[in-house]
Amino acid sequence: MLNIENLHARVEEKAILKGLSLEVRAGEVHAIMGPNGSGKSTLAGVLAGREAFEVTEGTVTFEGKDLLDLEPEERACEGLFLAFQYPVEIPGVGNTYFLRAALNSIRKYRGQPDLDAAQFMKLVRQKLQHMHMSEELLKRPVNEGFSGGEKKRNEIFQMAVLDPKLAILDETDSGLDIDALKIVSDGVNALRGPDRAIIVITHYQRLLNYIVPDFVHVLVDGRIVKSGGKELALELEDKGYDGIKAELKKQLATA
Amino acid sequence: MKTMSPTVEQSSKKAGLLKAFEVLERQLAGSDTPFLRRLRSAGIARFDQLGFPGTRDEEWRFTPLASLYQQPFSPTVPHQAHDLSAPQHALKLPEAISVVCIDGFMAPSTTPAKLPTGCTILNLQQAMKARPELVESTLGRLVNFENNTFAALNTAFLQDGVVIHLARNCVVEQPIHLTFLESGQGRMSFPRILVIAEQHSQATIIESHQSLGEQADFTVAVSEYALADEARLDHYRVTDINKRSFHFATQHARLARGSNFRSHAFTLGGSLVRNDLFAYLGAENIECTLNGLYTVDGSRLIDNHTTIDHAMPHCSSHEVYKGIIEDKGKGVFNGKIFVRQDAQKTDAKQTNQTLLLSPDATIDTKPQLEIFADDVKCTHGATVGQLDAEMLFYLRSRGLSKTQAQSMLTYAFANDIIGRVECAPLRDILEKRFLVT
Repeated sequence: MLNIENLHARVEEKAILKGLSLEVRAGEVHAIMGPNGSGKSTLAGVLAGREAFEVTEGTVTFEGKDLLDLEPEERACEGLFLAFQYPVEIPGVGNTYFLRAALNSIRKYRGQPDLDAAQFMKLVRQKLQHMHMSEELLKRPVNEGFSGGEKKRNEIFQMAVLDPKLAILDETDSGLDIDALKIVSDGVNALRGPDRAIIVITHYQRLLNYIVPDFVHVLVDGRIVKSGGKELALELEDKGYDGIKAELKKQLATA
Repeated sequence: MKTMSPTVEQSSKKAGLLKAFEVLERQLAGSDTPFLRRLRSAGIARFDQLGFPGTRDEEWRFTPLASLYQQPFSPTVPHQAHDLSAPQHALKLPEAISVVCIDGFMAPSTTPAKLPTGCTILNLQQAMKARPELVESTLGRLVNFENNTFAALNTAFLQDGVVIHLARNCVVEQPIHLTFLESGQGRMSFPRILVIAEQHSQATIIESHQSLGEQADFTVAVSEYALADEARLDHYRVTDINKRSFHFATQHARLARGSNFRSHAFTLGGSLVRNDLFAYLGAENIECTLNGLYTVDGSRLIDNHTTIDHAMPHCSSHEVYKGIIEDKGKGVFNGKIFVRQDAQKTDAKQTNQTLLLSPDATIDTKPQLEIFADDVKCTHGATVGQLDAEMLFYLRSRGLSKTQAQSMLTYAFANDIIGRVECAPLRDILEKRFLVT
């Protein structure tokens, strides 16, 4: 589904990603873990099409298409979804209005008919229940006055409504208390399926107790330095990123 | 500033108008009324002294009038006005009490037949006959044309207008919609409104200005609102004229004890629009709200000057003006708030926000607070910015096109003001109008 090869990206003059490669197939859940500054959010931003990042080398193919050639909205229409680390508040734009416009834009791209207000509300009510969100939140402007947990839940709710093929969760766990974390995880798990892939980007192992990944990758200094199964996350929790880095150094020295 | 010698264009435009006045004076409607004749003489004399303002005049620094002088305009006389009829696109409010004025003349056929008890709507001639003492004690008394050449000019050519009288305790539930249609045929017109709201009366007045044709008109409007104790007036002004026209509007509200004046100014059209709005808070416990929203594109200019004069204690004023500027459009905002020495416990808040949608768009914004009392709460703030990049990216990342995302954010900016419109049908019209832009 997603194939990243030798990706290099920079912000202004600073190189952040330095040759990252990753393959994600339908049905898989990948966790990308790394310390601050390792390039986690840059990767999410590059995949979603943030303008601030400049790709200097490498390729990204999504469902056979050159992802880097697409505008952010085209990526969304192709089935990519980014749950933001910091969901932005948009005063004056109603949640419902915005989400229906977004969904219909995606449906139009896919050659599907628009959902009318009634059909849309039916879909929304069903998804709201999953996220333990009240309909009140939908009447408010996008994320405005939402608590941190409400914003993150709103991201997963939007994801459920937009029904992407590939979801990227950028530190969705950060700032959540344990109850909110469970709700968010349940929401994500409900979306797991053979046709969908999920990339979970996180600093901590805690989230992976709830969203159990098929693969774990360790991102250090713009590259994936180690990959493994879900047990790698526990090893990381145990040794810390410094432990992994030291181990790698040792391996390099002996090699 | 008056000592600056005028340019050749200014002088010749002025001379043309003085000549027109001379020729028309005898034919102007209402020439048999001594009161009107005196008022007009005072107006033309003052216009003669003031002439057209130049950009060295502080009040006109950012609003050059050069393009106005290049166009020929002739004042409308009544029979011309009555030949025209309302266009299909005119703003329609089915539930409202409707009055139509064409080039400033109230169309006789549209005079509302049935009005709520206590509410009188007359054209100026009728009002001068029916209630001379009322008209003579207010018309031209509120607006100060000493330093306002356009108010002087309107007064000089004053022939007709709409006079609304609300008797004591009269509450008009339906909005009163004054449709002003300008010919769009290269004419000058001088719309005039006089609202007298007696004690405890209440009304909503919607004033819309639109063009019938596509040619540039030159409109000079004056409105006076006299609110007695505890009266409430919600006033909406929608200026949606063709994009070639020049429009100068002076509004003056005189507010008495406990009265509540809410003004909402929506400016969409015009090659050059200048709005001067004055509110005089001359007693205690007055509430004054001024909301404004405008959009400018092309190389058009919209200028809003407002003055809130707090003369007495315990009054509050809230002002929010927003502008959306595209292309090489230009916006000007000047918001004066005076808090006089006696006006203790004044609560005044002013906000001016501008969205610049292109690199060539400009805004000159100037809040001007002059405070002579010491126990007051006065705040002001001006922000100028572009659409938020992070918000745009967020919307696009959800599948909305760049254009959709931009218009959604622009609309959200505007909706802050549109959302304050209490008249639902008008709000719907404005929502649609600003969504398209």
